[in-house]
Amino acid sequence: MPRLDEDPFLTPPILTGGRPMSANKTRDWRSVRPVLHAEKCTGCMLCWKFCPEACVSVQGERPLIHLDWCKGCAICVAECPAGALTLAEEEAP
Amino acid sequence: MLEIRFHGRGGQGTVLAAKMLADAVLRSGWGECMAIPEFGVERRGAPVLAYARISKETIRVRARVYAPDAVVVLDPVLAASPAVLAGLKPGGIVIVNSEKTPSAGRRWRWLAIPAKAIARSHGLGPRTAPMVNTAMCGALVAALEVACLPSLEAAVRDAVPAKPEENVAAAREAYSLARRRLHAAA
Amino acid sequence: MRKALMGNNAAAAAVKLARVEVVSAYPITPQTQVVEALADMKASGEFPGRFVRVESEHSAMACLVGAAQAGARTFTATSSQGLAYMHEMLHWASGARLPIVMADVNRALGAPWILWTDQTDSLSQRDTGWLQFYCSTNQEILDSLLIAYRAAEALLLPVMVNYDGFTLSHTYEPVDVPAQEAVDRFLPPLNYQYALDLANPRAFSALPKPKEYMRLRRRMAADMDRATVTVAAIEDEFARAFGRRYAAVEPYRTDDAETLLVVSGAPASTALEAVDRLRAEGLRAGSLRIRQFRPFPAAVLRAYAGRERRFVVVDRNFSMGHHGIFCEELKSALYGVKGRPKVFGTVAGLGGGDITVELLEEIWRDADAGRLDEREPLWMEDAR
Repeated sequence: MPRLDEDPFLTPPILTGGRPMSANKTRDWRSVRPVLHAEKCTGCMLCWKFCPEACVSVQGERPLIHLDWCKGCAICVAECPAGALTLAEEEAP
Repeated sequence: MLEIRFHGRGGQGTVLAAKMLADAVLRSGWGECMAIPEFGVERRGAPVLAYARISKETIRVRARVYAPDAVVVLDPVLAASPAVLAGLKPGGIVIVNSEKTPSAGRRWRWLAIPAKAIARSHGLGPRTAPMVNTAMCGALVAALEVACLPSLEAAVRDAVPAKPEENVAAAREAYSLARRRLHAAA
Repeated sequence: MRKALMGNNAAAAAVKLARVEVVSAYPITPQTQVVEALADMKASGEFPGRFVRVESEHSAMACLVGAAQAGARTFTATSSQGLAYMHEMLHWASGARLPIVMADVNRALGAPWILWTDQTDSLSQRDTGWLQFYCSTNQEILDSLLIAYRAAEALLLPVMVNYDGFTLSHTYEPVDVPAQEAVDRFLPPLNYQYALDLANPRAFSALPKPKEYMRLRRRMAADMDRATVTVAAIEDEFARAFGRRYAAVEPYRTDDAETLLVVSGAPASTALEAVDRLRAEGLRAGSLRIRQFRPFPAAVLRAYAGRERRFVVVDRNFSMGHHGIFCEELKSALYGVKGRPKVFGTVAGLGGGDITVELLEEIWRDADAGRLDEREPLWMEDAR
């Protein structure tokens, strides 16, 4: 069981990412998610500016939050001056 | 020796829960203790593990816990993960931060503790993400019967970075609730 | 009083108890908490010494070289690449005969980027002229740092106290923190006889001729040679003062053992459990913990080689192009011993892989059954 006896040359000599970073989804890191209330949104895009994950993009004059990468830090909710973002809890699948 | 595994998320005080258990055991004179973080890259929100060992004798094993006697689940979202039950000994106990007891099988004992509500009622952490670690530690100490209440309270008071008396109250409330539920089940 | 402390807390507590006068350090995982704790103690006034912030580990050691030359008791802590970055100043510290003490929290080296433990960082500093100890418990971290100051100041050689990253540094367990008065009795203030003196200005460690250099090196080697005996005497005194005994090599159930696990650091503690489990099956198992790596306690180890015996070394380190480092050192120590025991080498737990009771049992069984080859290290892991 514990012997490392496979052919060492089967391991490549350096470690490289096997896929693009965009495939490295971080949605399961969060326990809360931001919810956009479009009727209150003024399109100021502070959420886009402050998102440390850069997972908010600009769609027309409104933000689009990409939940595959959102880690639920809630900075966008704290920064939104219009109160257009609220937090919802993630529930067990 | 009793071995415990904690499942939580970065920022929930999972490691501190293990430390408070260890400290309570040491202070009560029950025996020896060790609290071990799973050595991940610290990041808020990511699933994290911690372990504890407690024993009447000197603890010499310095490795992760693979076959726990008890599992503590701080984040209810994680409770459904198969990793929670991995290696859990038959007859072992699962303590979940939850309002309702999951459909219990016969293989393990289950104890649900509404730690989120307890933590909220004592004003611990943000309302959306209350700090449940002290309540969960209180329930664990009651379930394992390894420390007296004053030792638990001292361990909590010493460990938490803020609101010591509120944290102590949360631990005490969960401790009493766990005792009542376990006695009712027995 | 016994408190639940992390290894890093225990190290910081020792620095305060030792009344260190100058700390200079640069933070690096998993050592960071040592520096944080000392900075906190400095800010609160609990630690009265100087805390010199620097931009690198190289500067941290350079700062201590200056402070120690001025006669101060000094401390730093680092890990991994940070220790590697200090390398040239480590030679200066020992060559200048400065009694500096440091904690190295063992962490593997990159690339690839790695945070977890192995001993390649400190063992890469094998030839820098520092004494090296490897701890197995958090209590031993605190105690070893106190012993280290006595040893460094008696021998005028720097001492590195090593402990496993995370496995000890971040794990809480009971540690008895001795009273300040007891530590003061054990460790009197430093009186460095070659300290800078403004009334008598001199040059230190300036250019010698080869003849002088040879003699200085021979003197250093002689002091290193007497270190095992000196440290043993200090450890005896420590045991009398504090009731806890340490030794360069710590045997466990070796008397009638046929095969001995040879382990260092935290896994040496796990090995005690493995030995007991094997003994419970009626197997003649034992273990040796090597606590002191420099000077290598060759004479002590030879005493365990008297009979037909097998040693199996578990190295959490590797010298590329050769073998595990403790294994090679042990083989060298046993060269020429009559009825030389077999020495098998295994490599395990590099980069923080778990060294479990089960893994150590398996390694022992392989060695006991003669399933290993003395010429080839066997790489092992716990697959869980």
